[in-house]
Amino acid sequence: MGDPVTFIAQWLENLLLGWGLSPQWVTILMTIIGVAAIAIFVLLVDILLVWVERKVVARFQDRLGPNRLGPFGLIQPIADVIKLLIKEDITPIGADRIVYNLPPIIALATVLMLWAVIPLAPTIVGTDLDVGVLYVVALGAFGTLGIIMAGWASNNKYALIGAFRTVAQMVSYEVPMVISLMVPVLLAGTMGINSIVFAQSPVWYVVVAPVAALILFISAIAELGRAPFDLAEAESEIVAGFHIEYTGMKFGMFYAGELLHALTISGLVASLFLGGWRGPGAEAYPILGVVYFFMKAFFLYWAIMWIKYSLPRIRIDHMLNFNWKFLTPLALIVLIVTAILDKLFAGFPEWLYVVGMLLANLVIIWLTVQILRNRAKVERKRVAEPGPIAAPQNPSVSSTSS
Amino acid sequence: MLNDWLFIGVFLILAPIFPAAALLIPRLIAPRKPSPLKNQTYECGIETVGDTWVQFRVQYYIYALVFLIFDVELVFLFPWAVAFDQLPLFAVMEGVLFIMILVAGLFYAWRKGALEWM
Repeated sequence: MGDPVTFIAQWLENLLLGWGLSPQWVTILMTIIGVAAIAIFVLLVDILLVWVERKVVARFQDRLGPNRLGPFGLIQPIADVIKLLIKEDITPIGADRIVYNLPPIIALATVLMLWAVIPLAPTIVGTDLDVGVLYVVALGAFGTLGIIMAGWASNNKYALIGAFRTVAQMVSYEVPMVISLMVPVLLAGTMGINSIVFAQSPVWYVVVAPVAALILFISAIAELGRAPFDLAEAESEIVAGFHIEYTGMKFGMFYAGELLHALTISGLVASLFLGGWRGPGAEAYPILGVVYFFMKAFFLYWAIMWIKYSLPRIRIDHMLNFNWKFLTPLALIVLIVTAILDKLFAGFPEWLYVVGMLLANLVIIWLTVQILRNRAKVERKRVAEPGPIAAPQNPSVSSTSS
Repeated sequence: MLNDWLFIGVFLILAPIFPAAALLIPRLIAPRKPSPLKNQTYECGIETVGDTWVQFRVQYYIYALVFLIFDVELVFLFPWAVAFDQLPLFAVMEGVLFIMILVAGLFYAWRKGALEWM
């Protein structure tokens, strides 16, 4: 025992075979049941996430948050859903009807589909696709498409500005994200996410490749479009960005999709770098693995929320500079160093390999901090220098913040 | 192997059904009283001026081009990363050289000013 999911699946399969169905049909039926089970479970977690979000943001802002409906306000999200369901659905004048109605579905469906490859436990996994990491990247691009469609079809200038910003942001941050995704693939020698979790047996990859983990985490937050990278829906500038014209349940789909996307990305980072379902006793009792997985995923989810409610929004040129001139070169350097060292340390004992990798990463961090410090010193000096009083003809003085 | 893709295929069909169903329920129970004023584009109460679907700046295309170079080359790097354990040091160095060409491309774009937001 300890693995009720496999047990129920076996029982159901035998039951269906006992009814005289052919094995092919049983396979297809079992797949449909499995997909429906994962999707419904994830959607239920999503409803809980609404409560988590509201409660945590309340605590960050020194409020109580929902506390009226049920114990600790736990029934509040269900009331929210009912409210959204009975709201009037408004389609703005001039909206492109088909393109306008598709994005809410895409926003949630692409995030749901990510759960097909995320392993909850050694045996409880949708499918250990052998191109799992590429599948995740591909679906991320699909989610971006939904946002662009929403902004374009709404016939609203704010929405269009939000969509434009999304293009620049998502397209840029995809690069360091993919490069840093390559590091665990390289270390494990496989693209299947469950196989990568299996490969993290002596230590988690966050010990072997902390810089790659950090880059992936930062660029994942940017991919999510969460603060400090929430330029796509900057409330104080462009009202709500791409989903400004969506009401009722359509807005609810975007909201649910965003919350679920954050948890999904947390689960992905947890699987790739924090050992996923790994923990004491997880191999013997797979159901424990689910607990470990969600502990790690919710820890990262909470970290994302902490960042979201602590940092101000950054400007678009700063955001793009940070990506192209800092994250991307750093990610490429980390990839090169990891590749070479992994080959050089191949014959070494396990502990020496781990210590060597960790030291290399610490050296990279130290060098990066030194370079940044020097640059900041030069920048401060240049800003502090008293320039000519009226010198608009000198561009190097007037545009100090590049 | 085939069962993996069967799973993905079934998921591809079922995943849009859940949000689509959630969008269909309001059609049945929500009120529907559209009026020209209510359906106006929301721009903080001010009436819309001009066309929304305008041409946008070329800057976005430049970023998209730089992205395209990287993304295509990174897809080529994934098989290298998967087969890494079996590769000799020579093949690893070739991969590193490939990444170096990528870095050179990035610095070219940087020096050309393609990464400056104007």
